[in-house]
Amino acid sequence: MSAPLQFRDVARGRALQARLDALMAGAGRPVTVMHVCGSHEQAIARFGLRARFPEGLAVQMGPGCPVCVTDAPQIDACIALAEQGARILTYGDMLRVPGQAGSLEDARAAGARVEVIYAATQAVDIARAAGEPVVFFATGFETTAVATASILLGPDVPPNLFVLSAHKWVPAAMEVVARDPETGIEGYLAAGHAATITGYGLFQPFVERHRRPVVVAGFEPLDILSGLVRLVEHVLAGEAKVTNAFPRCVSREGNQRALEVLFRVFALGDGDWRGIAHVPEGELRLRPELAAHDAEVHFAAALGAAGPRLAPGADAADCRCGAIMTGRAQPTDCALFGARCRPESPVGACMISTEGVCRIWHEHGVGPRAVVGSARA
Amino acid sequence: MCLGVPGQVVEVMGTVALVDFCGVRRKVALDIVDEPVGPGDHVLVHVGFAIRRIAPEDLAETLAFFEAMTEAMPETTPGDDTEVPRS
Repeated sequence: MSAPLQFRDVARGRALQARLDALMAGAGRPVTVMHVCGSHEQAIARFGLRARFPEGLAVQMGPGCPVCVTDAPQIDACIALAEQGARILTYGDMLRVPGQAGSLEDARAAGARVEVIYAATQAVDIARAAGEPVVFFATGFETTAVATASILLGPDVPPNLFVLSAHKWVPAAMEVVARDPETGIEGYLAAGHAATITGYGLFQPFVERHRRPVVVAGFEPLDILSGLVRLVEHVLAGEAKVTNAFPRCVSREGNQRALEVLFRVFALGDGDWRGIAHVPEGELRLRPELAAHDAEVHFAAALGAAGPRLAPGADAADCRCGAIMTGRAQPTDCALFGARCRPESPVGACMISTEGVCRIWHEHGVGPRAVVGSARA
Repeated sequence: MCLGVPGQVVEVMGTVALVDFCGVRRKVALDIVDEPVGPGDHVLVHVGFAIRRIAPEDLAETLAFFEAMTEAMPETTPGDDTEVPRS
């Protein structure tokens, strides 16, 4: 059996589901857990796992989409640079995210140069071949940020390459959720790829602080199911501990070489996450040593003229993205979901990106019955 | 964007590797990978950078974890960080 099939083995999957069913049947009470990764939600939806979750087990998606939580003023800043003639490079998901007045896609339609890249190294190649200023609008959690950091430490970084960092540090958002007394999250399924960089040891202080278990899980169906089994076991036994359910990629100390690169380039700073509000130490900001390539420094005058910042979370009044991303509501609790808020005309942050929970539920037809895990006959 | 994809190294050219993703071959930067890689190794790739060499023995540990999770309440399982006696 080849490796990918081992992670999708149907018989093993059914055995894990049966184990999850038995755990919940014996629990005698509902259990609410949260994962913090769009790739987890995509896998849950794509493999139909949610409809088969046992009665009483609620699996919420937290603030696990870096595109969704990129604040509107950051989009506006990038559009302002595009309109002033800078050549913008970004990852594809960012194109359609609305700022306060349009998206990068709108700016491109109006003549701005906005290009999609798939690897951070492309930014270096494009800048090297270009004469004009090139701005890499860099988004993503620590896994993606480390790639941005690496290109800035490379030899001969082109002087016309500037990074506009919207990179985020996901453990900071878990902290915000855990401190919210209304969320009632009893355990967390942490993202395996982010933990590949940070290591699972990072979660030990979190677990001790909040007395809630964390299980680091991968992205194949058996990774998610076995991770959930372990997490529910921990919750029901009242065990506040960290389990690494993704040992083929995650170690306790993480990728030390990558972490060293990451924090040579970035420092943690406070900032606003769209739909969630202020997140202390949730931003990855370029250090002063990298000022020569920091778009916020180089274009400070242009960005200052772009206008005042909106208050955090100033999206449409009925939008419930903030409640959804902090585990207080599901997409189907929102009156806009699938009605006024749709993939082609998103209102809220969670419908924008393919990694947003509303978008994933909409595309995979997840309805309210699946939320309580009672969809099976 | 936040998409980690495993692939198999075909060839290493200094700090760049040619990696095969189920038939699609791409150049991948090796600047931040955790340990040296060679042809035949599996790596986890994220936005053009290898972030982890996936060692065969770690693969076996994952499969053992699946096995353990289908058993009822094992006393100890692979992956546990801290050993807390069950009451």
